[in-house]
Amino acid sequence: MIGVGKAKQYANVLDKPLSRGRQEVSLSAFAFLFSELVQYNQTQVDNIAELERRLEDAGYAVGARVLELLCHREKGNRRETRLLGILSFIHSTVWKVLFGKVADSLEKGTEHEDEYMISEKELLVNRFISVPKDMGAFNCGAFVAGIVRGVLDSAGFPAVVTAHFVPIEGQQRPRTTILIKFAEEVLRREARLG
Amino acid sequence: MTLSRLLRCAGVSTAIHRFYPVSVGNQQFVFWIMASTACFVIVSRNDIPIYEAEVGSVLKKEEAAHLHQFILHAALDIVQDLAWTTSAILMLLHDSRNEDGIKSFFQDVHELYLKILLNPLYLPGSRITSSHFDTKVRALARKYL
Repeated sequence: MIGVGKAKQYANVLDKPLSRGRQEVSLSAFAFLFSELVQYNQTQVDNIAELERRLEDAGYAVGARVLELLCHREKGNRRETRLLGILSFIHSTVWKVLFGKVADSLEKGTEHEDEYMISEKELLVNRFISVPKDMGAFNCGAFVAGIVRGVLDSAGFPAVVTAHFVPIEGQQRPRTTILIKFAEEVLRREARLG
Repeated sequence: MTLSRLLRCAGVSTAIHRFYPVSVGNQQFVFWIMASTACFVIVSRNDIPIYEAEVGSVLKKEEAAHLHQFILHAALDIVQDLAWTTSAILMLLHDSRNEDGIKSFFQDVHELYLKILLNPLYLPGSRITSSHFDTKVRALARKYL
């Protein structure tokens, strides 16, 4: 039952401690909520691109908060100033907290200097979702791409982040790749910092 | 260039006793003590102040406004220069007096700010209007300063 428990009642949220609390959330509850989120947004938009953008914006809000919270909880108030630092922070810490495991892989793009990819065999948010053919290349992983963009943006590394399906030989379900393309200023600053 | 030199160059004669620009995460918290007034400002990205508090007696209004802006921008410049050289969230740039109290004050206010940020209805970078937050910050100011 919802709401049953022995949680101490606080008058105001500012008085509640920022402790870790319960680490786990029910997967079915999340899947249900996420499916409602997608369906609600579907009724509000006319095309696929807009739907992806909305999911991304929803993820962005999550990402901004996750960054601050994790810096406070996990890293004892230290923040990342280098590119590789923030990428490995996302790839391990953020993924661990959100999805219970580290991401499958983190790769640097071969064609462009400013591209990086985080891959996952099956994104948690996509586990119970199948996309109909007429929606083309739509990927609900846009939500996760939004989370990554939120984290990067709030840390001072503006980037364009998108989610793509990558078909793999011998597997029925394609792998999902989050493609991160950093803005010019990030690369310039990285070069300057040496 | 230290702040007092900067102010003297600008011809502003003021008794600024202590001055602490602090970079905390993505926001900059600036705090300074002038005569008997202590002023604390939280500034978001794009240099927009999202929270201000003055503790103690208040200076003459007209002078105060300009001065606050000036000090604020000078502080932000100093912080931004150093922001990428360190991975610390809390940078205290000042002549060290009362260091522990100030540090604890900023840590506690940072925690309060985190709680505000976690509110899904709060737009990051907008003004903090919660009176409860205001009360708590002033209580912390009284406690640590």
